[in-house]
Amino acid sequence: MNNEILTITENRALTDSVYLMRLAGSRGENRPGQFSEFRLEGLFLRRPISVCDDEGGVLSIIYKTVGRGTEQMKFLKEGDTLDALTCLGNGYDLDAAGESPLLIGGGVGVPPLYMLAKELIKKGKKVSVILGFNTRSEIFFEDEFRALGCSVTVTTADGSYGARGFVTDALPETASYFYACGPKPMLAALCEKASFPGEVSLEERMGCGFGACMGCSIMTKGGAKRVCKDGPVFKKEELIW
Amino acid sequence: MVNTEVDLCGVTIDNPVIPASGTFGYGYEFAELYDINILGTFSFKGTTKEPRFGNPTPRIAECTAGMINAVGLQNPGVQMVIEEELPRLKKVFHKPVMANVSGFSVGEYAYVSELIGREEQVGWIEVNVSCPNVHGGGMSFGTDSKAAAEVTRAVKKVTDKPVIVKLSPNVTDIAAIAKACEDAGADGISLINTLLGMRIDLKTKKPVIANVMGGFSGPAVFPVALRMVYQTARAVKIPVVGMGGVSSAEDVLEMMAAGAAAVEVGAANLTDPFACKKIVEDLPRAMAKYGIKDLNELKGVR
Repeated sequence: MNNEILTITENRALTDSVYLMRLAGSRGENRPGQFSEFRLEGLFLRRPISVCDDEGGVLSIIYKTVGRGTEQMKFLKEGDTLDALTCLGNGYDLDAAGESPLLIGGGVGVPPLYMLAKELIKKGKKVSVILGFNTRSEIFFEDEFRALGCSVTVTTADGSYGARGFVTDALPETASYFYACGPKPMLAALCEKASFPGEVSLEERMGCGFGACMGCSIMTKGGAKRVCKDGPVFKKEELIW
Repeated sequence: MVNTEVDLCGVTIDNPVIPASGTFGYGYEFAELYDINILGTFSFKGTTKEPRFGNPTPRIAECTAGMINAVGLQNPGVQMVIEEELPRLKKVFHKPVMANVSGFSVGEYAYVSELIGREEQVGWIEVNVSCPNVHGGGMSFGTDSKAAAEVTRAVKKVTDKPVIVKLSPNVTDIAAIAKACEDAGADGISLINTLLGMRIDLKTKKPVIANVMGGFSGPAVFPVALRMVYQTARAVKIPVVGMGGVSSAEDVLEMMAAGAAAVEVGAANLTDPFACKKIVEDLPRAMAKYGIKDLNELKGVR
């Protein structure tokens, strides 16, 4: 964990409720699947947000406005600073990828997969991505994943774009491994349906975000685990749904 | 130069700053960030006889200037704490640690205290009779003078270590309960544990916390905590450890001026992992600012 003061260089809407924020001053030590916690004016608890990218001293995050914290974040301007705890959580296990890993994201679960895809491609892996959204207007980052060189499938629940249905409807017969992030029902369905091994990133309301308060604990097959510190990424076989 | 040393139940500590139980784990997460030996001591995660998972999630809710938690005493159980957590802590913390103990019966409190009290690293036993997040235990002992006294007596019987009883603010007469613990042999009193609170999510019209209610803490509770520390310090002769919303060196001084012998810092650790380090380092400056050469001058100021 690092405590860094970051300066906003960009904060713009990707859809009606999803925003991309870039922050300069990062030490660049985040691994794919880790998250940061931001202190916001007038709010007591920090807000945990997954890291979308961390390169060249610029930390990128994508957030959806769902409450007081994220509503406040969307009004922050270029040049504003944020106090951040960074490099939190375990991150994805890149060594497990095999040759042709599959990355599956649902909604605002998509962002952490971007940095993961980038790192896997650097390692010479053949990366396929399934991005699931409710409807066409909610889609973001499809082009960015294509630009990395991933094979991209987009699904929409209402069929307004790409394949109709959920990400699980677009699952291939085989892949060397899967990495996922998204809403809990999606992750549960995925772990049930995927015939190949994989891991998923979970979300939970957090107190501290660094393993001290036990506010975000879940019961796994290996006993009680803290989503913030032992996770947020857990192997498929560890989880109890 | 100012003197930050204070006496806590016969043990001298370098400064009165003590991270509170449940906000500092077993010390290890924070030892990765800074040398935790700069602390007076710390009170480790509430430990019970059996391992406990605690309550379902969500366990945490945001509040104005504070938070609600309903963790429910998640801990690996006393055996595991002795076998794994304490040896691991020994490598990074070289001072006596405060062992926070909880239970669901008088016998359980005594069982855990006896085992943990034998550990050389343990300097004090803080008996938590005030957890609001478990049923049939915890707070039910701390809201009744007789029950609190009974637990105190049982623990005192099985350990030579100083016994500090941690009290709940969810009572009508804190002084009476503190006095009952003192009469039962307690070496110190610590307070306040969290205030019972709740939040409702208007989107779902349901409680934010899965357990419905939880313990409210953070800067918002500081004035209530200070008042109760003041009332308790006037009622008993044994040392009082003040806590509740403390987040600055000034808050520490205010607690001590109200009669606290030492001060615990809780929720602040969760929003800033360096909170206690900053308070320890800032304390001499704050003392100088208010013309305090020795913290012991403050003790007992009425």
